Amino acid sequence: MSQKVLLNATEINIALHRLACQLIENHDTFSDTVLIGIQPRGVFLAERLKTLLEDEYKIKNIQLGYLDITFYRDDFRRSGKPLEANKTNINFVVENKKVVFIDDVLYTGRSIRSALTAMQSFGRPLEIELLTLIDRRFSRHLPIQPDYRGRQVDAINNEKVKVCWKENEGEDVVYLVSN
Amino acid sequence: MSELSVNHLLGIKYITEDDINLIFETADHFKEVINRPIKKVPSLRDITIANLFFENSTRTRLSFELAEKRLSADVINFSAASSSVKKGETLIDTVNNILSMKVDMVVMRHPNPGAGIFLSKNIKASIVNAGDGAHEHPTQALLDCYSIREKLGDVAGKKVVIVGDILHSRVALSNIFALQKLGATVKVCGPKTLIPKFIEQLGVEVDTNLRKALEWCDVANMLRVQNERMDISYFPTTREYTQQFGVNKKLLDSLNKEIVVMHPGPINRGVEITSDVADSKQAIILNQVQNGVAVRMAVLYLLASKIQ
Repeated sequence: MSQKVLLNATEINIALHRLACQLIENHDTFSDTVLIGIQPRGVFLAERLKTLLEDEYKIKNIQLGYLDITFYRDDFRRSGKPLEANKTNINFVVENKKVVFIDDVLYTGRSIRSALTAMQSFGRPLEIELLTLIDRRFSRHLPIQPDYRGRQVDAINNEKVKVCWKENEGEDVVYLVSN
Repeated sequence: MSELSVNHLLGIKYITEDDINLIFETADHFKEVINRPIKKVPSLRDITIANLFFENSTRTRLSFELAEKRLSADVINFSAASSSVKKGETLIDTVNNILSMKVDMVVMRHPNPGAGIFLSKNIKASIVNAGDGAHEHPTQALLDCYSIREKLGDVAGKKVVIVGDILHSRVALSNIFALQKLGATVKVCGPKTLIPKFIEQLGVEVDTNLRKALEWCDVANMLRVQNERMDISYFPTTREYTQQFGVNKKLLDSLNKEIVVMHPGPINRGVEITSDVADSKQAIILNQVQNGVAVRMAVLYLLASKIQ
């Protein structure tokens, strides 16, 4: 197994600032916008972006929720390993709001399909956008594309993109892992 | 650990502490789901579940059916009173006929102890015991312990007294197993005639003085007097039973602490507990019912994930 660095801490920081600026261009003061981090790995990116928007760009009262998609996945009893649920925490109304899904890696698109289904349990948003740090191009199983992407990657199916965060793994880095 | 160690839920005796904690953690997520505007997830949309009730039930049957429907499973219901069992069909034949309709899971209540175990050895489906005679009622014990955990933060270290008709109660046995596995101390209290012989061998203390038992405990689980299972007279009159083993507000208020009162239902108001106790803040009877749906969703979800 070998791994190479796709993005180092500096490059991740630059990508995060760019993504934050792109969000501001489209959502201005975020008064009608809510951010939803997709559990489990999307929440680190979502937290980072929220902190960046509030501290660096002085945007107040950004609403951030976490969405767990375990019970909406289409591979229940089909994948080798059991599916473990995470916490959903959306303590605000999404009805008629602009929702931005945030996840670390967009691969097949199935997780986002599940998230779209899960969102229906909370109401009818005005629109839903997708932000991902890594977009694995050419790996999609469904017609789902990101509106905001940190970095586009061409990886073959037996390669894995691993996103590490300082809060969890002790460093900000994105690896491309080959078996 | 993220999967159960068993393929069936036949009794608390056959599952581990890890299994119980996994069920509780999964139930936490389902509790959040059933408080959403849309209380349904598509997890079990390719699973068919048969609810076989060979004995009367309101709460358990409704709770299971609701849990199944919240998980998007296809559900078929069967009650013995209106079935071919009355025509002399055996249990295995009845169930095999149902299974030939491509059923994946069976939730069964049966008057005979061990019916679920017998079925699990003879048919290819995941079995959930919804009560078998006076043997076990595992999901009731799970939701009772889950409710204690929710109310008091943890089950470990808590003192729980189970009061009333222990002899005929499947709830009592399942509760004893579950509470002990989670680290609680259990006492049983009731008329000597309704306490099984050798129950001390399960590691529980016996007390026939209700006041002493209530002063000792953190939680009192009041069981229903099961008149339908009583073949002889176990106590002189219901009035005498209530005087000796019924809980009323005056008795609760006279204790030097606030205990939690539970009841698996259905309540005989004025017999095991008075209305003012049943409707008081100390009683978590309706929480138990609400938690029952989340806990049963967790059990069905985790068992379904093991179906090949």
